[in-house]
Amino acid sequence: MTIVGTHVGSRRLPPPHARTPLLSRKSPLFSLVQLAVLLGGVTWLIYSGAQAMEYNWQWYRVDRYIYRIVDGEFIFGPLLRGLGVTLEMAVWSVFLSIAIGMVTALLRLSNSASGRFLATVYLEGIRNTPLLVQLFLFYYVLAPILEIDRFWAGVLCLSFFEGSFASEIIRAGLQSVPRGQYEGSDALGFTKLDRLRFILLPQAIPLILPPMTGLLISLIKHSAIVSVIAVADLTTEGMNIISETFMAFEIWFTVAAIYLVITVSLSFFVSWLEHLMKRHR
Amino acid sequence: MSESGGDRYMLEMQGVGKWFGNFCALYDIDLQVRSGEKVVVCGPSGSGKSTMIRCVNRLEEHQAGHIFVDGTELTDDTKNIELIRREVGMVFQHFNLFPHLSVRRNLTLGPIRNLNLSKNEADERAMQYLERVRIAEQADKFPSQLSGGQQQRVAIARALCMQPKLMLFDEPTSALDPEMISGVLEVMVELAQDGMTMVCVTHEMGFARQVADRMVFMDSGEIVEVAPPDRFFSDPETERTKLFLSQILSH
Ligand SMILES: Nc1ncnc2c1ncn2[C@@H]1O[C@H](COP(=O)(O)OP(=O)(O)OP(=O)(O)O)[C@@H](O)[C@H]1O
Ligand SMILES: [Mg+2]
Repeated sequence: MTIVGTHVGSRRLPPPHARTPLLSRKSPLFSLVQLAVLLGGVTWLIYSGAQAMEYNWQWYRVDRYIYRIVDGEFIFGPLLRGLGVTLEMAVWSVFLSIAIGMVTALLRLSNSASGRFLATVYLEGIRNTPLLVQLFLFYYVLAPILEIDRFWAGVLCLSFFEGSFASEIIRAGLQSVPRGQYEGSDALGFTKLDRLRFILLPQAIPLILPPMTGLLISLIKHSAIVSVIAVADLTTEGMNIISETFMAFEIWFTVAAIYLVITVSLSFFVSWLEHLMKRHR
Repeated sequence: MSESGGDRYMLEMQGVGKWFGNFCALYDIDLQVRSGEKVVVCGPSGSGKSTMIRCVNRLEEHQAGHIFVDGTELTDDTKNIELIRREVGMVFQHFNLFPHLSVRRNLTLGPIRNLNLSKNEADERAMQYLERVRIAEQADKFPSQLSGGQQQRVAIARALCMQPKLMLFDEPTSALDPEMISGVLEVMVELAQDGMTMVCVTHEMGFARQVADRMVFMDSGEIVEVAPPDRFFSDPETERTKLFLSQILSH
């Protein structure tokens, strides 16, 4: 049991689970080592692959595309400006997709047959056609009719796309409120809108919020598709830089890292919010 | 009691029918309740007692016949339904309090939104009814912090805050622990003594004897017998009523 040759005496050993050896599978060190080996391996693969292609790494040229400092003044590089456009699109789309999702969810739960039909047509249409085709429809068909620019064509397309997911999230949240709450509020004569606002939504929102933030994160990722209609977002800027400089590896890694930083910090922010909400009852 | 009523009933059901799919849950229900009258409804499980009173405030939609509340017919019109619901209070077996709102807010939200009371007026009214059900000191707690009996009394107070003309009770004590029942019944007896018009579905026969003007016995979606409580309990007319009473009173 113990190391041979030492005197254990009457000393009591701590219970076995408290003594995690440094290199056991449960120790944090083990996971760190695991991660380091993994990352090292991937890096080596990419590096040796690039070597084999005789790729000319030029990381030193990347930072000027993120930002520059000229005469002590901070100047946004194209990548940060693209990020700004991506975030602006995401913010608009989040609000719009929640609004679209809300209306669709209410239509689906309503007892109006035409309302339910309309919602179903929208949901099935969005789900069963490629996002890229939807984007072209918005850009080449709807945008000229509505007289909107490419930015708003992109925002609307993303909003209707994510709105279909938002509607399912909202619908599930509303349906998880017990029947008794509907009956209790109906018996007091609330209008449907008041019932939603004061009774149903406050109870559904804690259930809606976590999946809704997942939606925000996927919205940021899906927004990259607007580069095909040349909205100057992060991905478009990345492509532009590459076509000028041929630094495909460096720029794509940088672009991916920027997306990663944004989405990961969003998820941290959200879990912190959820934690706060739980403490507030 | 009946001499106090005019020619108008507080509640009148004429030939009311209700089906769930092909299943007939209510058949040709006729019932008149005068202002101030207390009617206790009993009958075996599944006989349609809940369905009947839930039709009165449109928690269920009747498919045949007519329902009048204080002379106004209940129709499909949303506004009409809302107005009638504001005049008819309902107490449920499982309370149906709003868990995210304090007791006070549970009581004031309806009057503020649906009767256009100011916040102060609604607060005042809420405290008045909380005192009446003897839990004024719990006003700032949340429903989950109260016992079942207390929650049910809050639910009664919440319905009363709308100052309804008619109160419906659907087995208000059957989800309660035995020691909680008397407190709720006491409140209901007082309400009856104050002259509230009440339709109660309950198997609390002591309560029924004490307050009921009429007993209504239902079976298989029909009203089988209507009688004043002393005759109902001592000399029921039909075999079905006798059987039911023998089962329920043997407990
Ligand atoms: N939403 C519904 N869908 C289908 N059938 C229903 C529905 N609600 C009630 N029923 C049926 O209608 C009949 C009457 O139900 P109801 O709840 O009115 O009975 P009850 O007399 O209140 O019984 P209990 O004493 O058990 O509460 C029952 O057979 C029940 O199964
Ligand atoms: Mg019932």
